[in-house]
Amino acid sequence: MEKTLRRVLVGNYEDLPEGFGKTVVIEDQEVAVFKLDSGEIRAIENKCPHRGGVLAEGFVSGEHVFCPMHDWKISVKDGKVQEPDEGCVQTFETEIENELVYLLLKS
Amino acid sequence: MPKQRLVLIGNGMAGIRAVEELLKRKPNQFDIVVFGTEPYPNYNRIQLSKVLQGDTQVSDITLNEWQWYEDNNIRLYPGETVINIDKEKQLVLTDKDRQEAYDYLIIATGSNPFMLPLPGADKEGVTAFRDIKDCEKMIEYSRKYKKAAVIGGGLLGLEAARGLLNLGMDVDVIHISDFLMERQLDRAAGELLQKELEQQGMNFLLNKSTTEITGKKRVTGLKFKDGDSIDADLVVMAVGIKPNVALANESGIEVNRGIVVNDYMETNVPNVFAVGECAEHRQMVYGLVAPLYEQGQALAKRICGVDDKGYQGSVLSTQLKVSGVDVFSTGKINEDENSKAIKLYDEWNGVYKKVVVEDGILTGSVLFGDTKERTKLLSFIKKGARVEEYLESTSSDESESDIVASMPEDEVICGCNGVTKGTIVEAIKTKDLTTLEEVKGHTNASRSCGTCKSLVNDLLKLTLGDEYSADQKESICACTTLTKDEVIAKIKEKGLTNTQQVRDVLGWTSKGGCSKCKPALNYYMGMLNPKGYVDEKESRFVNERLHANIQKNGTYSVVPRMYGGVTNSDDLRKIADVADKYEVGMIKLTGGQRIDLVGIEKQDLPSIWADLDMPSGHAYAKGLRTVKTCIGASFCRFGTQDSVGMGVDLEKKFEGLNTPHKIKMSVSACPRNCAEGAVKDVGVVGLDGVWEIHVGGNGGTEMRKADLLCKVKTSEELMEIVGAFLQYYREEANYLERTSAWVERVGIEHVKAIIVEDKVKRAEYYARMEEALSVIKEPWKETIENPTLLRDLYEKVNVAAEAK
Repeated sequence: MEKTLRRVLVGNYEDLPEGFGKTVVIEDQEVAVFKLDSGEIRAIENKCPHRGGVLAEGFVSGEHVFCPMHDWKISVKDGKVQEPDEGCVQTFETEIENELVYLLLKS
Repeated sequence: MPKQRLVLIGNGMAGIRAVEELLKRKPNQFDIVVFGTEPYPNYNRIQLSKVLQGDTQVSDITLNEWQWYEDNNIRLYPGETVINIDKEKQLVLTDKDRQEAYDYLIIATGSNPFMLPLPGADKEGVTAFRDIKDCEKMIEYSRKYKKAAVIGGGLLGLEAARGLLNLGMDVDVIHISDFLMERQLDRAAGELLQKELEQQGMNFLLNKSTTEITGKKRVTGLKFKDGDSIDADLVVMAVGIKPNVALANESGIEVNRGIVVNDYMETNVPNVFAVGECAEHRQMVYGLVAPLYEQGQALAKRICGVDDKGYQGSVLSTQLKVSGVDVFSTGKINEDENSKAIKLYDEWNGVYKKVVVEDGILTGSVLFGDTKERTKLLSFIKKGARVEEYLESTSSDESESDIVASMPEDEVICGCNGVTKGTIVEAIKTKDLTTLEEVKGHTNASRSCGTCKSLVNDLLKLTLGDEYSADQKESICACTTLTKDEVIAKIKEKGLTNTQQVRDVLGWTSKGGCSKCKPALNYYMGMLNPKGYVDEKESRFVNERLHANIQKNGTYSVVPRMYGGVTNSDDLRKIADVADKYEVGMIKLTGGQRIDLVGIEKQDLPSIWADLDMPSGHAYAKGLRTVKTCIGASFCRFGTQDSVGMGVDLEKKFEGLNTPHKIKMSVSACPRNCAEGAVKDVGVVGLDGVWEIHVGGNGGTEMRKADLLCKVKTSEELMEIVGAFLQYYREEANYLERTSAWVERVGIEHVKAIIVEDKVKRAEYYARMEEALSVIKEPWKETIENPTLLRDLYEKVNVAAEAK
């Protein structure tokens, strides 16, 4: 079973903004990377399952982000859309090493 | 357990209030007997002056009906006086030979009027002003005679004099001091009061000392120390009261000026209490109603075994209940070598204000003519606030509702009946009360002197939310139960400086807030403290955070500022060049006469702005969007005013302002209203020599025709009215409430009253508008000059394609 992970650099931990996301463009895909107020780093697909809104620009509260298009509330931990709406977005693993933040992508 | 026997001597306000407090805490546990010398149930002595004026019956001022005594199994003996207390056997004896044993005895014998021991004081036609009997006597005299003389120019004397005027008598007020109410007012206020009352028809003889009441059997006049004399058919002595301590004294209870009590209203004799005007607490004897009720509470708690700090003394305040006169005083009224005063004296309007400050602490105040600040001052003086806090509150112009919002739950709102804010708010909530009358009925608040009515109304408003009469309390969002007004009051009260603090301190259920409250709190805090608040990017909706409108595909649009919708060839060339350079998806004219460059990538925004070198058009903002104009008098054959020039001025003045929701304006130069002012938040229409200002219009989801606010002649007036209007909207509206919804909600008449008719208010709002405007920065320029903003907000991380 092929499970090679590709590690891509997002940037310095210190340089990541809090309260809204950082957009990472990987070819034709975008990932929204969030630094939560707990200090954790989380990454999800930068595309709301509703109408494709850019989640990196949404309000962040705790472990959730509110899509700026139509205010869907989505967990940045498991990618689940919160009620009353339904759906989910892809989540990505992250890693911090020597103050640098990496995204782990499945090849 | 057998019931405990409680005897109350004195069927007046203080004693009955203490009984009510007892019943509230322990119903059915006392066998209560009440003796009262007057043949009435407990009535509101404060409102005797109304009875005197002849249009109020005793039943109208009755506080406890006969039925109340029955309902509570109280044996009332009206017209019966206790003549002896046997403290050893715990018995009282009455003038009708009745004996009652007690476990607890409350003495609430009140005061007696102080009668000057003048020669002739026993003649017919000489009376005090203390009870219903006195009132009846005065009314009877007014039917037969013409000339009344009131000795005493204090609170009581002036109310008596006003009553006698109403009864159609000529009234001379004789006062020993050289200005009125010298115990409650300073000279300036006393003299203003005199002027006002003279206009009402009173005649004053100041600096006069009465030496004799003349006449045979019946009074015919007064003689004075200086040799003068006057005629009088009725003489009312209102020189003061003295505690009625005779019974206590004869019964061997410790008496000084009043019956001496401790903090629990206990006398030196076990199980014997004293409350009200007859009691002396920490060397103070109170002759006003408010402390009497606080004492009643302390007493009831003691008897019921409630652990309590007891009665701590009172800060008194005075209000004169004479129509047309607003006068208020509290605490220390005269400055001396240790204190300084803040004074405001407006002789023209008859307004005077003095605040006494000692070592930086507010210790007293006198207000005349305008007593709006009384609640605030009383609250500040009670808690010993520092002068800075007061001055700050004056400059931020807290309204009364802000004051009640910031009061602690246990603060007494109705001093007369000792009703706290908490009690009132709880009653409003649990009993679904919506009117002042209902609150009165359920809590006793505002039932006596009525001066707290406005506070009770404010509490209703505060508790019921903006829909004051509609009984709906609307919280900011699901993270809290607090309304916008409550949150604002708390922000002010606690000096909160960022939105996270607000959420933490005010107990938000979601620590990080939500998409509703985050931008709302950020707006409110910036509005409250334009100079000190640091705007939070993370609390801004994406459009306002990035200063561009997000489109459905994640691209953005750019609208440069074109004041009044006027552009020029240079700007157009720059726009065209930028459109080419960045391959802009579409160039579109907006509804507000601007050019919109659509379909721009986020990371290109800063360089486009740099290339354009034009200010932001704020097309994304909860703020001033555009001022649309017609061509105006310079070109149009119908135009009467320079609409373009006015539009440019308005737009330059208010650009960049944060408001609860977007603001669209227009200026037209004639009634054809080509700039469509009827559907704008502010629509200005020029007529010959006059500008009409219309507000609250909307052409979108909340379609509404604007209301005419007013007409003005000059551009200065126009700017001030529009500025004050916008500031009022900024302060009062809910976040995301358009002016159309807001004006509809509060009513245009209300807006007119504040912004058009009240020049002082208008100036205050305009001044705060100027402050808000003073801190505005052009956002595009600010961004391109700030590397951190550029990195955090606009840069994406681009990951190179994987080598295959």
